Order: sequence, then C-alpha cells, then structure tokens
Amino acid sequence: MNLTTPIGAVTLANPLVTASGCGGTGRELAPYTDLSRLGAFTTATVMARPRAGRPTPRIAETPSGLLNAMGLPGPGLEAFLARELPWLAAQDVPTVVSVGGNTVQEFAEIATRLAAAPAFRVAAGGTGAVAGVEVNVACPNAEDRGRMFAAAPAAAAEVVRAVRGAIHRDIPVLAKLSPDVTDIATIALACADAGATGLSLINTVSGLAIDPATLRPALSGVSGGLSGPAVRPVALRCVFQVHAAIPDLPIVGGGGIATGSDALEFLVAGATAFSVGTTLLHDPSAPQRILRELEEALAARGVARPADAVGMAHRPASPPRIAPPPRPRIEELT
Amino acid sequence: MAAYHAMTVVAPAVAERFRPGQFVAVAVGGEHTSLLARRCLPVYEVKSDYGGTVEFVFEADDPGSRWLASRRSRDALDLIGPLGRPFPLPRDPASCLLVGGAHGSSGLFALADTLRQRDCKVHFVLAAPHAHQVYGALSAQRIGDSSTVITRDGSLGVAGMVPDLLPGIIDQTEADVVYAAGPTSLLSAVSGIASALGIPCQVSLGELLSRTAACGIGVCASCVLPVVGDDGHTRMVRACAEGPVLRGERVRWGDLGTIPLDALGGPRAPQTPLEAAP
Repeated sequence: MNLTTPIGAVTLANPLVTASGCGGTGRELAPYTDLSRLGAFTTATVMARPRAGRPTPRIAETPSGLLNAMGLPGPGLEAFLARELPWLAAQDVPTVVSVGGNTVQEFAEIATRLAAAPAFRVAAGGTGAVAGVEVNVACPNAEDRGRMFAAAPAAAAEVVRAVRGAIHRDIPVLAKLSPDVTDIATIALACADAGATGLSLINTVSGLAIDPATLRPALSGVSGGLSGPAVRPVALRCVFQVHAAIPDLPIVGGGGIATGSDALEFLVAGATAFSVGTTLLHDPSAPQRILRELEEALAARGVARPADAVGMAHRPASPPRIAPPPRPRIEELT
Repeated sequence: MAAYHAMTVVAPAVAERFRPGQFVAVAVGGEHTSLLARRCLPVYEVKSDYGGTVEFVFEADDPGSRWLASRRSRDALDLIGPLGRPFPLPRDPASCLLVGGAHGSSGLFALADTLRQRDCKVHFVLAAPHAHQVYGALSAQRIGDSSTVITRDGSLGVAGMVPDLLPGIIDQTEADVVYAAGPTSLLSAVSGIASALGIPCQVSLGELLSRTAACGIGVCASCVLPVVGDDGHTRMVRACAEGPVLRGERVRWGDLGTIPLDALGGPRAPQTPLEAAP
C-alpha cells in the first residue's frame, strides 16, 4: 500500500509520527521500534537553555490516560544540536523538531539558531534529516502573565510568524495547538494565516488528579496535561472542526491513538498524518503494529491508501461502499 | 509471606540477558487496559527451566498489581526486560553486606548468588516493620554467611531500626561493600551510614521506581531524582535508565522530590557545558 504522506514540501514515507516528548531522545525507543520506518520522529520540546523540569511526581495514572506536568525538561538547544539531532540524523529517520519559548523573541532566536544547524542545511537540499519544525504554542507566555500562547489567536500567530520567518520555506512549520480553548478553529485560522504549513492537534488537555493516600494533588505541578485514550474524543472533535474550517491545511492528528483503527478515525476526521504518544510509554513497539493495522483497516474498506481516507467523515453520508450483508429472512430468525 | 505475591514467568530472552539489580516492566490490565503505566518490579531470580524463567515479588496494593496477582498459570503477560543498570560487582573476593527492606529484599538474592560464585562473603540484613512483611528470611539464612532480621516491633529477629543496628553489623561482618534495596527511607539511611564509614554503597531504588515510573524504558522521564555526577554537578537522572542501581553517596537524599537550585537545568545551575548523565 502506498503510505506516502505529503506535508507541505516534504513527503513522509508513512503517516505515523511520534508525538513530542513521548520517544525520549530516540535512543530509548530504538531498541523497540525501527526508527527508520517511522513517518517521522518528533523530539521533546527544545528550549533555549537546559531545564531540569518539575520535581516528581510528574506523571499520574488516570483512567485510560496519563496526567503529566513535566515542566519541559531538556538539555537546551546547544546540547540538542551537539548530541541529539546528529544522532537522529544518523538513524535515517525524518525528524520533526519541537521548539518552545516563553517569549516571541525566544521562539525567533531558537528557530534562527536551528535553521543554521547543519542538519537543517542538508534538509533544505532535499535529502536531510529534518522533516519539520513543530511550534509548541502551549508554552506559557511570560509577557502575558504566563497564559499559553495557544489561548489567543494573536499570540499564537505571532509565534508562528516568528518561527516561519527563520525556517527555510521547504521545511514545514506545524503549530501544535491546545484543545483548552473556546474555539480552536479561530486559533487554527490565525496560525494558518501566519504561515503555518500545518497543525498538530492536539496538545494535552488540562486536568487534575488527587492522590487518594495523601488527599493532595497527585502531581507536584498541581494540574497537568491529560493524554492517552481518555482524550481521543476531544482530539477527534478538534481535528474535525479545524478540517471543516480549513480543508486544505495538513493536520497531524493525535490523542490516544493505540491501534490502526484509532488512526483511521483521525484520518477520516481530517488528519493527513497522525501522532502516537502515550501509547509509546505503554508499548514502545506499537508503531509498526499500528501501521499494519491501519493498512488492514483501509484494505478492508476498499480504500487504496491513507491519503484517500482523509476527511471522509465530512462527506455526506452515501450508500456504503461495501454492500451490507443480506438481511436474514424471517424464518432464519425464528 | 502472606503480604506479597511471587510470580514466575517463562521469558527466555529476559532470563538470558538478566544481571542482578535489573528489573522488568509489566503491563497490567490486559489488552484493552485503562491502566497505562507499566509496573516496574525487581527480579528475584532467573532460572534455566523451560528455556528461561523470571521470578519477581510484588505487593498487590493498587488495581494494577491486584490484576497481576490474579493471573493464573499459563496466562500471557506483556513484560519488558531486563531493564536498568545492574549492581556493579567487586573485582576481588570481598565481604558484602546486603540490606533489604520489606519485599525490596527480593532484588538482592540474585546478587547474592553471583557474589558467592565470585567467592565473596554474603551477609544479609532484612528489615521490615513487622514479621509478615519480611521477605526471604529463610533463603537469606540458607545462602548467607550470616543473616540478621530486624523488625520494628521485634515480631521477628531483632527489635529496632536499621540506622541504630547497621553500624554494629557492618563492624561484625567486616563489610567491604554495602548493597541495599527497597524503601527509599532505608536506602537513604544505609547510604548515610556507609559513606560515614567510608564504605562503598550501591542502592537499588525499588520503591522510588515503583511509585514514580510510568514507562520503565527511559522515554517518559517521570522517575527522576537529583544525583551528583563524577564532575561534581547535580543532574536529574532517571531511576529506570541511569538506575535503578546508583552509588548511595551520590544521591541527594534530602532533596528527593525537588529540583535542587544548583541542579543542571535548575534555577541556579552553574554555567557549564552539559554532558550526558553519569
């Protein structure tokens, strides 16, 4: 089956992308899944300086989900460029670099420094390691009392414009949006107008867990971001709404995808590609299984390739492609 | 023994690669589980029966581990292992003191076997609040050169607390090295005593891992703790990937559950180039 998935000027070998922060540096995942067979690997959000993140407990188990407040831990841009990106490039895996900042200026600086990195220059030539830049607009905006950029169309657009301006035009820039907004389509439109090649939907859903032993919040950060199958309906709703508003905009859809059938739901809701995140923590070998299941699910429905399924749920209901089984006659039922 | 469950699984690839101190990460709840965090369990022993078996001991204290405890023979289990940094072993025969708290002591018996094969003396200290929470007292008596059981209420062995009794035991056994596994408070106390006496101490963070880990393989970074590296700088390291065995004196026990101000990436980190964690 032809699984190729175009995102802007880049064509991924298949629509499966790992979600940011769920594959470690790639090294931790490599023993369980062949990185070179991923559509793309998304890095944890890279910030300008090293960050230790939040104290433990950082993750709490909740029904069909995980609640996390990591505090964006990471080695910082310099170490990322020196250690992580070259390693990923050597694995022959297209890499989506997730970037974060606390001001528009920080986003602009990090994008500029990234764009100057060797891995990016090769990419611009068409053979490189970097398949895209994901803008983590769920970062708190220091200039707006810590409210996340993704909460306001203007702030989200400003960040996207800053990153887009620094990155070569052939490299897709994706804005990863938060579902915790009143109207995600408005934010999506603002990002698209600001030059985003596509969107990544969704970031985690804000939530809280109580530790029954202490009767206190389970996470050191008090509230956290919910991920996993628990958020799948929220993610599908966001993908559906945004695809309806901007049908041509590529969407990397994700939220609790654990099977090929889950992935297909995202494609028909309007996603061009899909991301697997929390599932990697539970089953690090899942990507190849999910792709195989997706192929089977498409073939069983007579769909030739994933690209043909994109947005299917938006079409008016039509007679089913596969004839339904004949209705049993009365005498068979009695 | 009623407090804990012991389970043996046929897992030749795990048994073959296992080294003492490593753990397994078990998925709980079956195929359509709503429990997404893996349970990280120290390995009690591996055997060559049935191509290779792995035995682990755990406490059924949450829905996931209760599901695990309710598995029946021949049920399939989704398990990743062996994981983590094993116990380093002395180059030459040495007198080794193995201190285990509650069922955390289950992770010390494979180490004891390996140490004995290397002509080391093996002395056990098994500690728990009450008699029924002591794990492996008979095995320790059988394979150890000496074995001391300490319970808080004196319901088995000596009544008392490990910090009060350990210096005397280290003295008696002429311990060259201390290994410890189990509850974090015990590991902290043992590390403090060993480093005060200048004895190397390796701790296995069983309880910390089981409380904080979600994936067991290093991708999620939820099980971090502050550890001083060879260069003197503190880094937040993952108990599952850089541990679960760490040098006791390198762990900043008083700062667990925090990000120390001077940790790399912390608010007042020294401006130094970042190196990979030790």
